[in-house]
Amino acid sequence: MKLRRRQRERLSLGLQYLVFIAIIATVLVAADWDRLADAFFRVDIIKSMFPTIITVALRNTILYTLGAFAFGLVFGTILALMRLSRVAPYRWVATAYIELFRGLPALLVLFLVGYGIPIAFPEREIPGGVFGSIAIGLGLTAAAYMAETIRAGIQAVPKGQMEAARTLGMSHFTAMRTIVIPQAFRIVIPPLTNELILLTKDSSLAYVLGVTAQTIEITKFGRDMLNDRVNATPLLVAGLAYLVITLPLSQVVRRLELRYAKAR
Amino acid sequence: MTTTPSRPAVEIRDLHKSFGPLKVLKGIDFEVGQGEVVCVIGPSGSGKSTLLRCVDLLEEPTAGKIWVNGVEMTDPDVEIDAVRRGIGMVFQSFNLFPHLTVLNNLTIAQRRVLRRGRAEAERIARANLERVGLTDKADAFPAQLSGGQQQRAAIARSLSMEPKLMLFDEPTSALDPELVGDVLTVMRKLAEDGMTMMVVTHEMAFARDVADRVVFMDGGVVVEQGPPQEVLGAPKHDRTRAFLSRVLDPTHVAQLGGPDQSPGAPD
Repeated sequence: MKLRRRQRERLSLGLQYLVFIAIIATVLVAADWDRLADAFFRVDIIKSMFPTIITVALRNTILYTLGAFAFGLVFGTILALMRLSRVAPYRWVATAYIELFRGLPALLVLFLVGYGIPIAFPEREIPGGVFGSIAIGLGLTAAAYMAETIRAGIQAVPKGQMEAARTLGMSHFTAMRTIVIPQAFRIVIPPLTNELILLTKDSSLAYVLGVTAQTIEITKFGRDMLNDRVNATPLLVAGLAYLVITLPLSQVVRRLELRYAKAR
Repeated sequence: MTTTPSRPAVEIRDLHKSFGPLKVLKGIDFEVGQGEVVCVIGPSGSGKSTLLRCVDLLEEPTAGKIWVNGVEMTDPDVEIDAVRRGIGMVFQSFNLFPHLTVLNNLTIAQRRVLRRGRAEAERIARANLERVGLTDKADAFPAQLSGGQQQRAAIARSLSMEPKLMLFDEPTSALDPELVGDVLTVMRKLAEDGMTMMVVTHEMAFARDVADRVVFMDGGVVVEQGPPQEVLGAPKHDRTRAFLSRVLDPTHVAQLGGPDQSPGAPD
């Protein structure tokens, strides 16, 4: 029997669907749903997590993330400009910093900031307490990643933009600030969003600084509950809490990109 | 027609420019008088764009001196941002700022560089948009304009800084043929208003009708210059004749061969 092209395509697609459905069905039927629900979905435990998981844990996770992102963005922009500088020592310093901090685990940096700085400067405190330590500790690592992203963004702005700005009499600095960098940021919105989402999850490292009931964030909160109730339900809820942050974030960024598409 | 009160607008003495081993300008002596319109023509790679960019110091000359309105551009201590305020530059690729509306393209430098207030900057911007026939595009973004409109907006942007000298780097070369006329009309009006202009162009009709003087460059030197009817109508040099016949009668290129395939400088 010889099949026509469209018949062959339809048949092939049908087979793929069939295999897919078979796999899902097998998992659904074979899994022991009662035991699974007992371990991961105990309604009474879910209820006991509210409202603290929202009012404290989720709120803190967002605060830590935004703090680290803001610090990383400002510092990363400075590093990016240093990497592109005509002054060689600036380039060396920035390159060395980026290579070093991209290579170190965020956990280690956070630990060094949280415990190293108080030892080095016993008279002073990091402003903002735990929040400040986390913003700086995670921000130092984030800055190294963001610096490379922003540098690429600046280099992606056509050379003619800087030239046009300079021929209008703008200084290099003014041209950078008003013409090149605004365009560079529009270009790097997608990778910076990635960084923000990664930071959201990295904020779970806050536990190394010893968080209290007031400064606890989602993951630590879930793990404490896990130990407390000897049940994995809190982990599932904690995971969903992260999605509550990241999914709307992706939507917002998509909107932002559409809005800027016109002005490109 | 050109009288020269005080110093010429542009004065170039023995200008050399190399990109690495590539010598693009090999000793240029050149002047643009106040109020004069000079068109620079020549094959691609002849160095004409590099010459223009040297005037605004977008390219650093390798040797030689340049004065603009009596200020030496090649002085290492020149206040370059201040001098550039008096020079308008129009690029082949427009280089409008894509993240700003047309109006803000015209006001940003007025406000940041000349420290004009918003109201004054916008008034001047709108007056210049009217001058180039884009009154209704003030709130559009560059990407929403045609190439011809973008180039006219770019000219208006330069004019908003009230320059004494306008430089044009092949302003119509990136345009669809039917859009070239609008831009040239704006430039012609500008010339009639007495603006000092240095125009690198392939538009021979514009050079013939509008220029006070035409300069033909080839291989990094000025081959010949003079009134348009002489340089374009009765060229003295073979190289000029060869170039003109190829430009004006492009279907016969094959017979002439390429006498001037000097390797491409950034053009």
